[in-house]
Amino acid sequence: MSLHVRLRHQFAGFALEVAFDAPSGVTALFGRSGSGKSTIINAVAGLLRPDQGQIRADGVTLLDTDAGVNLPPHRRRVGYVFQDSRLFPHLTVRQNLLYGQWFAPKGPQVSLARIVDMLGIGPLLSRRPGSLSGGERQRVAIGRAILSSPRLLALDEPLAALDDARKAEILPYLERLRDDLHLPILYVSHAMAEVARLASTVVLIEAGKVAAIGPVAQMLSDPANAPGLGLREVGAVLTTVVMAHDADGLTRLDCAAGPLWLPRVTSPLGASLRVRILAQDVMLATTRPEGISALNILPATVRDIRMGEGPGALVRLDVGGEAMLARVTRRSAEALGLAPGRAVFAVLKAVSVAQENVGAAR
Amino acid sequence: MTDWLSPDEWRAVALSLRVSFWATLVSLPLGILVAYALARWTFWGKQLLNGLVHLPLILPPVVTGYLLLMTFGRKGTVGQYLDQWFGIVLAFRWTGAALAAAVMAFPLMVRAIRLAIEAVDPKLEQAAGTLGAPPLWVFATVTLPLILPGVIAGAILAFAKAMGEFGATITFVSNIPGQTQTLPSAIYAFLQVPGGEAQAARLVWVAIIIAMTALLLSEWVARSVARRISGA
Repeated sequence: MSLHVRLRHQFAGFALEVAFDAPSGVTALFGRSGSGKSTIINAVAGLLRPDQGQIRADGVTLLDTDAGVNLPPHRRRVGYVFQDSRLFPHLTVRQNLLYGQWFAPKGPQVSLARIVDMLGIGPLLSRRPGSLSGGERQRVAIGRAILSSPRLLALDEPLAALDDARKAEILPYLERLRDDLHLPILYVSHAMAEVARLASTVVLIEAGKVAAIGPVAQMLSDPANAPGLGLREVGAVLTTVVMAHDADGLTRLDCAAGPLWLPRVTSPLGASLRVRILAQDVMLATTRPEGISALNILPATVRDIRMGEGPGALVRLDVGGEAMLARVTRRSAEALGLAPGRAVFAVLKAVSVAQENVGAAR
Repeated sequence: MTDWLSPDEWRAVALSLRVSFWATLVSLPLGILVAYALARWTFWGKQLLNGLVHLPLILPPVVTGYLLLMTFGRKGTVGQYLDQWFGIVLAFRWTGAALAAAVMAFPLMVRAIRLAIEAVDPKLEQAAGTLGAPPLWVFATVTLPLILPGVIAGAILAFAKAMGEFGATITFVSNIPGQTQTLPSAIYAFLQVPGGEAQAARLVWVAIIIAMTALLLSEWVARSVARRISGA
């Protein structure tokens, strides 16, 4: 399955003009508020009619303004999860979940039992939306969208209205969904941590244009994307395997370049995890530091350096074949004589990796 | 039970109930449609429709009755064809009284339902659409259940208004005992006869009781429906 989107739409004082092809998996539309990403997802779902454009999902033309094709929302089968969940207040959770099944095409479908189990909403079935917490509501909304047998799942900042604890509660469910259902997902977000955990492809949207598009690991480790992603949020994603849970509360994760110790993660031994390491948490040394409290020291090679306009520089490293970013000052970069090909050590404090930056890898 | 009202009085009460019941029931679907159009659609002539619906509220009832007679009377612009083609005669029949009552009560009904529709978040209807529900289904399964308290309130308000309709009714269908003499017409007729005050007073009590019952009933039904759909 692939999604082809080409849109042009003129708002008062704002023009959207994007074109991209999303492969299967989770495609994240990332950008600041007002960059136009919600407009794109609304156009895909048919809630907004763009001035001009083409949208094809799964080989089916949903919109083609040149050919005069514009399927109404109820015939597009785009399962939409809204930021504000939009559950029907007069129906029970079970009735909400089954709402879309009346209209779903006949044929093999995901069963209610499987989704209820996958999202952990069994105890809620006979309740009404009014008595649910924000996190529960959002899980029901996700289940409702999946059970309508969509060809594509569209999530518009589904976690934006939730506090951090609720976000942490839902993210693992979204990871399960991504890995178990093989349903293409279009995910709108302006939270880098979510994108790093969930996305397989990232589309970076800036001021109504596609600034860059590519696989998540490549996009997040490309210094050129740093301004669009936000300097404080920049960080590459490493793929790791859980090797040991130590008695002192640390977990050993192995990446290609060696072991990493992080605060205890709940995943079982052998689980594959994505770890996002923020560029600003990584220190560089030209010799292996000794007598230092930081637990993680990985040998690395400088791939390239991007000097910022301010005092900062972004260094892309090769750590055992994977990319890692380090944000240092230009002064340090010059003092250490950093240049492409230079062997260095990347230093990372164990406690600097927040729980939200560790998630299941496919 | 029956002896405290004379047969004539009973007939007036029964006729009023029948007229109001049918006036409410038949105008309800149209009331919902018009309320929905006014609340949600933009179309040419929307203000005109709005004005037309509310006109009976502000026109002297006798004028509305006169217009009904001109339109639906036996020789009226519409009435003559109803008679010729379908054999339907409204003037000076109880059905005419129902039409007059429906027209007079329509603005109240539309107003209540329109307020209820405006209170429904269109985002919910949008969500139903993305789940595959065609527009009519969305209306039946999302909008209608959510506006039910407003619909009930509007219907009962219309019923109460229909029970009390006098001016347009007497102008359009006159005051024929057993045929078009509704409760208010009967009270009016008794007051025209010397010594009829006692009969009138009894009917006044009946009118008050019916009106109060209707109001309390609508409050109770609307509240229990609202509790059920607000979802706790």
